[in-house]
Amino acid sequence: MPGGGVSEGSNGGSFGSKEAAELVASVREVFRSGRTRSREWREAQLRGIERLMMDEEEAIFAALAKDLKRSRVENVLCETVQVYQSARQSASSLRKWMKPERVSTNFVNVPARSEIVSEPFGAVLIFAAWNMPFLLSLDPLIGAIAAGNVAVLKPSELAPASSALLAELLPRYVDKEAVRVVQGGADVATALLESRWDKIFFTGGAAIGRRVLAAAAKHLTPVALELGGKNPAYIDSSADFNICVKRIAFGMCVNAGQSCLSPDYVLVEESVADQFTDHLRRTLTSFYGSDPKQSPDLARIATPASWARLHALLSDPATREHIVVGGETDEATRYVAPTIIRDVSLDAPVMQEEGFGPVIAVIKVRGLDEAIEIIAGRPKPLALYVFTTQSAVIDRFVKDTSSGAVCVNDTTSHFVNPALPFGGVGDSGMGSYHGKHSFDCFSHRKAVMVKGTLLDFPVRYPPGSLFNEKLVKALMNMWVVQIVLVFLGLK
Amino acid sequence: MDRPYQDGSAAVACVEEGGRKGETFDEAAAEEMVAKLRSKFRSGETRNLAWREQQLRNLARMAEEHEDDIMAALKADLGRGRMEVLIEVLGVWKAASHMLKNFKKWAKPHKVGTPLSLKPGRSEVVYEPLGLVLIISPWNFPFLLSLEPLVGALATGNVVVLKPSEHAPASSHLLSRLLPLYLDSQAVQVVEGGPETGKALLGRRWDKIFFTGGTALGRIVMEAASRHLTPVTLELGGKNPLFIDDSADLEISAKRIISGKCTNAGQVCLVPDYILATKDVAARLIPHLKAAIEQFYGTDPSRCADLARIINHSHVRRLQHLVEHAATAACVVHGGESDVESKYFAPTLLLNVPWDAPIMQTEVFGPILTIQTVSGIDEAIDMITARPKPLVVMVFSSREAVRQRFLKETSSGAMVANEIILQAANLELPFGGVGESGMGRYKGRFSFDCFSHCKAAFTKPLGRDLALRFPPSTRRGEMILKAVFRGAYFSLLLLLLGLKKH
Repeated sequence: MPGGGVSEGSNGGSFGSKEAAELVASVREVFRSGRTRSREWREAQLRGIERLMMDEEEAIFAALAKDLKRSRVENVLCETVQVYQSARQSASSLRKWMKPERVSTNFVNVPARSEIVSEPFGAVLIFAAWNMPFLLSLDPLIGAIAAGNVAVLKPSELAPASSALLAELLPRYVDKEAVRVVQGGADVATALLESRWDKIFFTGGAAIGRRVLAAAAKHLTPVALELGGKNPAYIDSSADFNICVKRIAFGMCVNAGQSCLSPDYVLVEESVADQFTDHLRRTLTSFYGSDPKQSPDLARIATPASWARLHALLSDPATREHIVVGGETDEATRYVAPTIIRDVSLDAPVMQEEGFGPVIAVIKVRGLDEAIEIIAGRPKPLALYVFTTQSAVIDRFVKDTSSGAVCVNDTTSHFVNPALPFGGVGDSGMGSYHGKHSFDCFSHRKAVMVKGTLLDFPVRYPPGSLFNEKLVKALMNMWVVQIVLVFLGLK
Repeated sequence: MDRPYQDGSAAVACVEEGGRKGETFDEAAAEEMVAKLRSKFRSGETRNLAWREQQLRNLARMAEEHEDDIMAALKADLGRGRMEVLIEVLGVWKAASHMLKNFKKWAKPHKVGTPLSLKPGRSEVVYEPLGLVLIISPWNFPFLLSLEPLVGALATGNVVVLKPSEHAPASSHLLSRLLPLYLDSQAVQVVEGGPETGKALLGRRWDKIFFTGGTALGRIVMEAASRHLTPVTLELGGKNPLFIDDSADLEISAKRIISGKCTNAGQVCLVPDYILATKDVAARLIPHLKAAIEQFYGTDPSRCADLARIINHSHVRRLQHLVEHAATAACVVHGGESDVESKYFAPTLLLNVPWDAPIMQTEVFGPILTIQTVSGIDEAIDMITARPKPLVVMVFSSREAVRQRFLKETSSGAMVANEIILQAANLELPFGGVGESGMGRYKGRFSFDCFSHCKAAFTKPLGRDLALRFPPSTRRGEMILKAVFRGAYFSLLLLLLGLKKH
C-alpha cells in the first residue's frame, strides 16, 4: 500500500482482512525502521497536530456543524482546545517522560543498576467514537505517538464529515506512513480486528467494547477501553443551588448530552427536590431560551438511530407521565429538547440504559445512605458527581462507591486535568489516559537490571548445604548480625 | 475422595494427576461462592487497613511456620532440593513483609497538580480495591505464584479466590488446608480442581483475574474475561534468549547460566531457553557449561538431591520427544538421559539445532539448553525480533554498547545483563511480560496498581464560575475560553482589555 492517509473503505473500495493485514504489515515496517523511536520524530508529529488544530479550526468547526450542529464554544471546550493542549504539553514533556526511571537495587543483587525503561508497543489501533470525533481520535493518537508507536486510526462512520476531514488533514500534518486513517463502519472494524495489533484503544459502548476485547484475546493484545455508563449526580440541601445547578445543566446539555461524562440522573435530598427541579428549569431557560429549538447553542442528536432511541424513550407512557420539562423532539432536525423527568422508578426504561441525550432524571432520596445504596447497586459508572459542602458526605461517596472518577461540585471538568488518570472501571472501562497516563497507556515499561561479574557469591550455587541455607536466609532479610554469626560458624 | 463444599471452609474437589477425575466444583458452587465473597466485600471490612495488615502478617507467619510442610510438598510434587524450596518460601515471606512495610503509604490518596484553568480546585488519585479477584496459579512455583499475587490482592483490600494448579497436587492440598487457618476464609477461598473447575470459575463475573501460566490458556482466560469486561493480568511465558559475547567472563557466566537454567529443572518462566553466541564463543563456553553441570550436580545428576524433577510423566515424554526428534538428536553435546518413572531429566546441552526443529518452536520448560551460533550481534537481534516477544532477554557482556543495542532493539518483559532469574528478587522492578509473554505487571508497588482502581477525584469549591462556558455563547467568550485553556495569557489580557479583535 502506498504511503497515504486515506485507505479504502468509504469510497466504494472494499477493505477486508487482506487489506487490513497489508496495512498492519506496512505500518510495522515503518516501526521496524526505528524512526518513530527518536524524540525528534515524536515531537515533530505532536507539533504537527498542534498546528493542525490551530490552522484548520474553521474546517473542523464546519465538519462538527454538519455532524453535530454544536456551538462554537462547545467545540472549543469539548474538543479543539483539549487536543491542542494535549499535543503541546506532550511535546514539551517528552524528554522527561522518555527518561529511564532509576530504581534501587535490592541487597541480594548488589552491585547492579536497576531501572525501568519505557518502550513503544509497536502497532497501535485506535477506534474513535462519534460524539467527540476529533478529541477521541486525536487525544489517544497523541499518546500513541508520544510513546513512539505507529498508529492506525479508525474514526466513527457515524460522524462522516469529521471522519473525512481527519482522513484528509492528518497526512498533511503528521508522518503519513506511520499514522494512517481508515474510514468505514463495522465491517472495516471487524477486518482490522482480525490482524494482530500491539495495543488497541477503543472509545465507545460496552457491547462493542466486549467484542473488541474478545478479538484482542486471540492475539493477546492489551486493550484500553473507554466506555460509558449512567453517571449519577447527588445533591443535598447544603449545596449552593445558584452555582451547582448551572454546572449540572451544563454537564447535562453539553453536546446535547452526548458525552460519556454527562450526568444521567440526579439523586436529590427530598426536602429540596422541588426547589432543585425548579432551579434547573429556570437555568435551562437562561441557557437556551424559552424555545430551545431556536437556540444556536444546543447541539443536535448525531444519528437518526440515536434520535429514534431517545424519541422512543420519551414517548414511552411509563416515561411520558413523569416529564416535567421539555420532552419535545423533531425528527427532521434530530432535535431533542432539554428534558427533566421526575421520580421515575429505578427500573423504568429511562433508568436502564445510558441516555446520551439532553435528558436527566431527578429522583428523590431520603439522604446519603439511600443514594449510596442506589449507586452501589448499579454498574460502576465513568463519573460520579457529588454536590455538597459537607466534607463528611464527600468522604462517604468517595469510599463507599466506585467509579472511574469522582467530581465534587462540578460536572465534567475533571477531564481537563492531565494529571488525573481518565478512565473507567468495571462496565465503564479499563485503562486510563491523559497527560503522562497516555504515555504510559501506550508504553511497555521494561524492567532492566545490569550486573557485572566482578563479584560472585559462591553461596548461590549448588550443591546446597545447611551453611548456605542459613546464609541465604540471613542475606534475604539483611540480618547483618545473623550474617556475621553464620560466617563465624556461631549459628 | 470427595468432600462437599462447606460454608466458611475451602472447597475441596477430588484431585488426581491431570485433575480429570470426579470434579465436584460446578457452576452452581462457583456462583454461590462468588455471592458470599461479594457480600463480604460489600461489608467493607476488607477496606480496613488493620484487617489487611492482619492478613499480611498471618501470611508471612504461615510461610515461616510451615517451611517444613512446604518443603515436603515441593519435594513430592517437583523433587526439589532444600535450597530451591527455601528461595520460594523466602520469596513469599519477602513479598508479604515488603508489602507490610509500604502498603499503608501506598493506600493513601495521592495529591496531583491542578491546571490554572481549573483552579481553584483539588485533584487527587484514590486507590480503591477492584472487588472480587480470581488468582489462577501454575504448578512450577505453586506457593510463590499463588501467594505473591495474593499479597497484592489483599493489601489492596479485595476478596480473593485462589485456584492452584492440579498438576502440583501436594502443594495444592497444602495451600487449601493452610490458608483457611491463617486468613479470613470469608474473604479468601481456595478452590482445588482441574479444567472443569477452572471453567466453572471463569464463567463467573470477576472484577480482576490474575493468571500465571501458558500462552494458550492465557488466551482462553482473556476471552472468558472479555464477556464481563474484566481486566486481566497475564503472566505467560515464551522462549527467553540469552546472548553471550567474548567480553563475558565465561567461567562465571557458565556457572550463572547453568545454576539458573537448572533451577527447578528448568521449569521456570525466566530461564534462558536458547543461547546465541558466535562460533568461537560457543566453542569456548561449552566446556565451562559442562564443568558447571558437573560441579553442581555431580557426574551422575540423577543421584543429586539438588536437581529437581520434572512435574509429571507426560512432561518427561514431551521433553524426550523434543530432544530425540530426528532434527535434534544429533545435536546433543551433553546429557540427554532421562527416566520417565523417576521423572528425571539430565541437564542437557544441544548445539546448533535447526531453527525449525520442534524444540525451537515451543518453550522448553526443562533442563535443556540449546546453543545456536550466529555471525554476530546483528544476526542475534534479528533472530530475537523475528520471534514472539519473550519474558526476558539476557545479555552476558561487559560492553555497555552491546547491552544498549539489545535494550533498544529488542522488546521483552525485562532485560537483564549478566544474571539469570535474580532480577525478579528486586521488588522495585515491575514483573511482567509484553506481547505473547503477557500483559500487566506486579510485585512491590506494581502489585498495588495491579489490584486497584486508581480513581480520579476532583473537588471544586463553590466559588465563582468561568461563566463563559455556559450558554448563551458569544464570539468574545469563545476567544477568551481559548486563551484561558491554552494558557495564552497575553492574548487573554488583550481580549479582556478589548484590544484584540474577535
